[in-house]
Amino acid sequence: MTAERVIATEGLTKRFGRITAVDGVDLDVREGDVYGFLGANGSGKTTTVRMLLGLVLATSGRMEVLGRPMPSAGRQVLPEVGAMVEGPAAYPHLSGRRNLALFDAMGPGGGRRDRRRRIAEALDRVGLAAVDERPVRAYSLGMRQRLGLAGALLRRPRLLVLDEPTNGLDPQGIQEIRSLLLDLNRTGTTVFLSSHLLSEIEQLCTRVGVLDRGRLVLQAELAELRRPTGRVEVRTPDVEQVRALLDGVVEEYDATRLLVRESDPAALNERLVRAGVRVTALNSERRTLEDVVLEAAAASGDRFGVSS
Amino acid sequence: MIAVELVKLVRSRRTWATIALIDALPALVAVLLAVTDLGPRPGTGPAFLSAVLTDGTLFPLAALAIVLPLFLPIAVAVTAGEAIAGEAQQGTLRYVLVRPVGRTRLLVAKLISIMAFVVLTVLVVAATAYVLGVLLLGNESVTATGPASVSGSSMSTPELVGRTLLALGYAMLCMLGVAAVALFLSTVAQSPLGAALGTMALLVASTLLLTLDAADVLRPYLPTRYWLAFVDLFRDPILWRDVLRGVALQGVYVVVFLGAAWANFMTKDVTD
Repeated sequence: MTAERVIATEGLTKRFGRITAVDGVDLDVREGDVYGFLGANGSGKTTTVRMLLGLVLATSGRMEVLGRPMPSAGRQVLPEVGAMVEGPAAYPHLSGRRNLALFDAMGPGGGRRDRRRRIAEALDRVGLAAVDERPVRAYSLGMRQRLGLAGALLRRPRLLVLDEPTNGLDPQGIQEIRSLLLDLNRTGTTVFLSSHLLSEIEQLCTRVGVLDRGRLVLQAELAELRRPTGRVEVRTPDVEQVRALLDGVVEEYDATRLLVRESDPAALNERLVRAGVRVTALNSERRTLEDVVLEAAAASGDRFGVSS
Repeated sequence: MIAVELVKLVRSRRTWATIALIDALPALVAVLLAVTDLGPRPGTGPAFLSAVLTDGTLFPLAALAIVLPLFLPIAVAVTAGEAIAGEAQQGTLRYVLVRPVGRTRLLVAKLISIMAFVVLTVLVVAATAYVLGVLLLGNESVTATGPASVSGSSMSTPELVGRTLLALGYAMLCMLGVAAVALFLSTVAQSPLGAALGTMALLVASTLLLTLDAADVLRPYLPTRYWLAFVDLFRDPILWRDVLRGVALQGVYVVVFLGAAWANFMTKDVTD
């Protein structure tokens, strides 16, 4: 395990009684990653996240977070980790500000002198700068979510562990949080994002891990997974003409669309236009994350993407 | 963490509402006594009540004797039952633990906060009872020599204060026993209500078994067996036997249940 690995697990396993929730997971999250941790509800994502944070104790396996063993070094590791696990939580009778101050005062790594400033900054970052003194009880779900994020950001963590951070936010809110996370990542924060929303992961992450029934069935760079497949997608009304022209390299077709085995789209385009084919669209085929995930999860013989 | 828990305790509206409710009963008794002038005869009714008709300065003791056997243990069971299970139900437990707050430290902070609540309650009850006692029942002593002990002989004021402090210490230890049981159940139960009810069930069962002759063998080990032994501290000479047994018994309860709470919480998967 090298120092640049922010999260590294080996054979991480958790059994609850006879049920194996997490089964031999080897996570590899590197410094500067935005790591997308995908999995259907009930696939063991949250249990894994809880083990990383020392809330659930692993049955077997080893874990290192920020280069130190967890959970034994939790006291050194956790002050540098900002976390949101399974939705935000706060003391309902206190205001958001008061909640942040209380949590900050509980443990190490939160100086008292600059607390007020840090709280103001964190609230500003998540878009709650103008929040008043009403108790959290009266907050909307979106406001609670933002407050939870502010709590995670309060001590400028090196690693952010977020479980479904855009839950309960409206589209604008999701967009805001997305750019906030990318912003933080640019300034050096590693982000570990667990979600069952493929689109969210696809738009944010540089690396993905896919969990299926407690097993890590896939872990790779997103760019790697989405590299061109070596086929070109051609959209045209003249499907028959193209088939005749490109005999042998057309792999699939339907009424308006063909998939052609061809490494150079520009040359293909030239050839088609020269033959008088009306091309309405032409681009290199890339697999979507959904294709990749469906394939990986199908290989393990289970369904994926069933979300509540 | 300890400071945070104390701040939460003091700033919580529920703390003060509970104390006000606990305080209401002795206040009502004081008013009734003052209006009707009908005290229980010596040797019957709650301890010390027969004496307060003649001397209102004794009313704090009587008030504590009213509050200790039932009201205070219920309040302690509810507060301590809330300690871990309440945070878990609210979802804040996971955020407290990843802050990080060590699990042992969290338990200690909770226990200190509970005992602070007990001290606060006892002080408020004693203070209001003193004021009410003096105002409503007067402080003219019948005997020129000062307040009388339960045994009938008189006590000097310093002696009375000393014995009162001893009695308060003893009562706190009894409440610590209740808190230990409730804290343990709070690490086990899913809901704070379950932990509080479990503790109360134990106390009710104990009180009930005490009245049952067939349960004679169990009697010395029941948690509530020596609760009211603090009355013995006001006898002349002090009757130490039950008090000491009470201290030993509560000590065992505290050690066993706090140990169990600690062992259980340290190895618990926090999945709420």
